[in-house]
Amino acid sequence: MNDTYLELVNSGFTKQIAKKLGLPRPARLRRTDPRRVDDPLVPGPVVVVGEGPDADAVATGLLAWDLDVRRTVAVGTRVGAIVLVLTDIVDPTQASQRVLATAGMLRDLAPSGRVVTLSRAASAEDDPAVAAARAGVEGLTRSLGKELRAGATANGLVVADGVALEVPAVLGALRFFLSARSAFVDGQLLPVDGAGAAPQDWTRPLEGRVAVVTGAARGIGAAIARVLTRDGARVIGVDVPAAGDSLSAVMNEVRGVALQLDITADDAAERVIEVARARFGRLDLVVHNAGITRDKLLANMTPERWDSVIAVNIAAQLRMNEALLAAEDLAPDGLRIVSLASTSGIAGNRGQTNYGYSKAAVIGATQALAPRLARAGGTANAVAPGFIETEMTARIPAVTRQVARRLNSLQQGGQPVDVAEAISFLASPQAAGVNGQVLRVCGQNMVGR
Amino acid sequence: MPKPSKPASTTRRAAVVGANRIPFGKAGGAYAAASNLDMLTAALSGLVARHGLAGERLGDVMAGAVLKHSRDFNLTREAVLGASLSPQTPAADLQRACATSLEATWDVANKIALGQIESGIAAGVDSTSDAPIVVSDRLRRTLLKLSRAKTVPQRLQLLAGLRPGDLVPVAPDTAEPRTGLSMGEHQALTTREWGITREAQDAVALASHHNLAAAYERGFFDDLMTPYRGLTRDEALRPDTSAEKLAKLKPVFGLKGESPSMTAGNSTPLSDGAAAVLLASDEWAAERGLPVLAHVVDAEAAAVDFVRGEDGLLMAGAYAVPRLLARTGLGLDDFAFVEIHEAFASTVLTTTAAWADDDWSRRKVGLPAIGQVDPARLNVVGSSLAAGHPFAATGARIVGTLAKLLAERKASAADGAPVRGLISVCAAGGQAVAMILEA
Repeated sequence: MNDTYLELVNSGFTKQIAKKLGLPRPARLRRTDPRRVDDPLVPGPVVVVGEGPDADAVATGLLAWDLDVRRTVAVGTRVGAIVLVLTDIVDPTQASQRVLATAGMLRDLAPSGRVVTLSRAASAEDDPAVAAARAGVEGLTRSLGKELRAGATANGLVVADGVALEVPAVLGALRFFLSARSAFVDGQLLPVDGAGAAPQDWTRPLEGRVAVVTGAARGIGAAIARVLTRDGARVIGVDVPAAGDSLSAVMNEVRGVALQLDITADDAAERVIEVARARFGRLDLVVHNAGITRDKLLANMTPERWDSVIAVNIAAQLRMNEALLAAEDLAPDGLRIVSLASTSGIAGNRGQTNYGYSKAAVIGATQALAPRLARAGGTANAVAPGFIETEMTARIPAVTRQVARRLNSLQQGGQPVDVAEAISFLASPQAAGVNGQVLRVCGQNMVGR
Repeated sequence: MPKPSKPASTTRRAAVVGANRIPFGKAGGAYAAASNLDMLTAALSGLVARHGLAGERLGDVMAGAVLKHSRDFNLTREAVLGASLSPQTPAADLQRACATSLEATWDVANKIALGQIESGIAAGVDSTSDAPIVVSDRLRRTLLKLSRAKTVPQRLQLLAGLRPGDLVPVAPDTAEPRTGLSMGEHQALTTREWGITREAQDAVALASHHNLAAAYERGFFDDLMTPYRGLTRDEALRPDTSAEKLAKLKPVFGLKGESPSMTAGNSTPLSDGAAAVLLASDEWAAERGLPVLAHVVDAEAAAVDFVRGEDGLLMAGAYAVPRLLARTGLGLDDFAFVEIHEAFASTVLTTTAAWADDDWSRRKVGLPAIGQVDPARLNVVGSSLAAGHPFAATGARIVGTLAKLLAERKASAADGAPVRGLISVCAAGGQAVAMILEA
């Protein structure tokens, strides 16, 4: 799953040639070192741009993590991240000063640096000028994401009215976007609607939690098992019996439990719940990662290809979710569900009507499930990966693959761990204020939002 | 003054917590390039993952192989070191021919029963594809002397003493050292002695294939097996075999006698594979939220005088089982399931015929016959004819399979009455081990 081009433009002689020819130069992204999680959190000082109580609250919150927080820096100072606070503006003309202050620091932004905007959600009830000021931030953030280079990203938090900026959900989401955990998340605006809860240890937010990961034998599923374990969770890995050897290798690595099970079986949910109850007495998190593709143009679609994709990718998790809702006693802090959606479910993809249907269906189910889970303190969210370097994408013909992996702001494919990081964040206590959302992990793919 | 050591006085029943095996391959098939160490490590790793035991220190791991390379003197310990268990988990190699992992189960269960350990694994592995080939005794002795020789003339003299015939490598076979007869030839004698027909043998083989195939279809092995090297089912399994197909096969054993009846279809194929069983005290299992599928009740080993032809080589099960039942006060009717290792279809038939023969039983075993085995309780999910028979792995395969069958039956029965299963595994050297499990 190597990206040879990325290696070439980042080393030695070929790096010089690429520079001279003006070729696209995807950067090596900063990622979490499992032995030193969140250390350092940001590759340099964090500059909080903004005035008033909101900006002060954010700066105070960041200081609690012993970060080097500044309100201004001299030109030429290396900047790790810029937090652009725009929550208090009520007219589009008020953005100017802060945006331009940000502009002055962009050239000093460190490789894999961050720009994170904070704004309030616009609604139809707002005064048009307020709504304009708020909605404008989306366009600013997405455009800036496309402008930044060297692995830097721009993302935004869209905080609901009534949610204070110092709550764990806002600071926790900000922490995720500032950190290496969000390496391949770019140009995304994440709504935060609730307060969330601060974890005991921000570097192990899932301590004591028990997670079930479907499709855990390889690729993204195996990475999810590793990251959840790193973040403190105990993992029950599920995969089809035929993948049992890879599953057992992954589970022994993360000291988890391997459960060979076809999730489309009638008793699948029952078996999962039974193992979680017997082994750990709880089940806090389910990651619906198992998925299959059976690509065919719709004109050539067969019942087997359509039905098997629907059965695995959406029908199985709907059944499991109902069973889990009936066993909510296993999730004392609220049940968390994170499903894998896909760019194909958002933007569509030729030859993937079945897959696109199933993945859009996942998003629909997630949004409908969110309020039901919220009653007991839980959440349902989805993560939509773009081009990720896996065994599956390695089978795409070489030229198509080269083009596909460059079609995003970071000009490269993501790694399975990038998807896993987003899932672990959405499962964390601090993310309890994020519900019913689809977080894209796509390097700001040109396709879709 | 040091306190006197306290004897481990309490005996309890060891629990069968779970099991794992890799699908069994045919000789020269999917595992042709796999060593005993590779396969045993795979079987243990799958068992560890299924029960979430990575990093745990178990009380003991006992396993063995029948065909073993000299470099594998510490086979089990090496496999433990490669299987994600705590490196502080001790291990021992043992061997009782085809009953090796049943013997290992017995030994680990006894240690648990005595309170000496709380948990352990019993396992077995064999490869006929990667069997050791050794040099002739004359060449071996010469090479050893050569290594001690000090001068060139001494060395030349030693080498000059070698003959071309000394250089031919010696491959292992299943011939009994004291009779020179292969296991199949021995069983052919027993088959004739007991008047077992070709049709009856083929019927046993057919049932084995159909029962095993049906068990796979219902997902019975999903939590008893971990795929390996591309195999997800036993390579020897022929789900579509039929009485007609089996009837067409030519006899391969007992060809010198009248109407030979043992074919490749009703004899076990040479196989590669490994199997493991997790045993523990009830407390150890409960602390980890692990199930207790069944308990090990008792076991008995027996041997027969096949050398002088008193009994057939593989007939020791006809002694072990009646003695075990007499000791435990149980009868055949007390068992919901009976598992007889299908070394050959006729082994099952001659053993059960002896169990039912009151005259023979009183004369030979000194006990009344235990009666007829209900065919509906015998090898209900297939046995070695369909699964294959990697010698040392078979006992653990049967213990895992039977423990799950018993747990299933116990769960579906409302009365909570004990559900029992009986195992009989014959072994080279005229031996057998029988065991009772109870859920």
